[in-house]
Amino acid sequence: MRVKIFVCLKDGVLDPQGKAVAHSLHSLGYQEVQDVRMGKYLEISLDVPSRQAAELKIREMCDKLLANPVIEDYRFEIE
Amino acid sequence: MRWGVIVFPGCCDEQDVYDCLKHNLGQRVEFLWHKDRLNGGFDCIVLPGGFSYGDYLRCGAMARFSPIMQGVVEFARLGGLVLGICNGFQILCEAGLLPGALVRNASLQFICRQVFLRVEESDTPFTCAAKKGQLLRLPIKHGEGCYYADPGTLERLHKNRQVLVRYVDGKGRTSPSANPNGSLDHIAGVCNDGRNVFGLMPHPEDAGEKILGSEDGLKIFSSVIAACDKREKRAWLG
Repeated sequence: MRVKIFVCLKDGVLDPQGKAVAHSLHSLGYQEVQDVRMGKYLEISLDVPSRQAAELKIREMCDKLLANPVIEDYRFEIE
Repeated sequence: MRWGVIVFPGCCDEQDVYDCLKHNLGQRVEFLWHKDRLNGGFDCIVLPGGFSYGDYLRCGAMARFSPIMQGVVEFARLGGLVLGICNGFQILCEAGLLPGALVRNASLQFICRQVFLRVEESDTPFTCAAKKGQLLRLPIKHGEGCYYADPGTLERLHKNRQVLVRYVDGKGRTSPSANPNGSLDHIAGVCNDGRNVFGLMPHPEDAGEKILGSEDGLKIFSSVIAACDKREKRAWLG
């Protein structure tokens, strides 16, 4: 089973990289860009019997290591 | 007293801490390899700066799972003194021993320069040799030193007086230009609510002799030495 995990800074946490990217997009003429938030993307292959088991494990991994709950939120998609 | 300096793969400041403690302050100090267990008999454990595990994923995120960290968490729980400098501060936050987190500098630049710190509290084992309001001149060298905590945590930090050092200008005033990395509320270092774990981004070990431009870093280490002396005397007297 393949899982796609998206980790992003929480609202309210300063994202200077996102701001710099937004600034670059503006200077390229994309004035419609209002805000950019940058995050991380991970793909994990799992050997588990069910989607439910995958969800449980992935949640555990995110809480323990992949995301820092003080500054980051995460979501994932199971394929 | 006995100091332990933990060496993680990717550390680069462990030798500076060792030298400062041993040669500038005449202390008994040992390196501790991250894969070993933490033995008893230490008075203060230092997590030095560097780039443990290449800063992969997040700074300090991997080092937190090194075998020795279990012992450090237990040591801290029992009241042992733990000092985290720079990457060590990041590791202590990731391990949950200190509140908040350290994120990318607001400027996106790696910053290497001298800063002024104002000692905000002097009733801790890490600042007791300094006076409240005293200025310390220490170097910083980091890319991810912007302190962040959610509003509830920040309120608790204020209430319990856990902010021990703030970035200020040469006159001791906080201002946006004196805050090198965009840290929330100009915070440069915080302790836990038990006041026995302290983390800061600036490097006291690199300000331990005149030739380095400042000796102010010794205030932090001599505070720990004074606090441990007091503790020993108290134990001796029962």
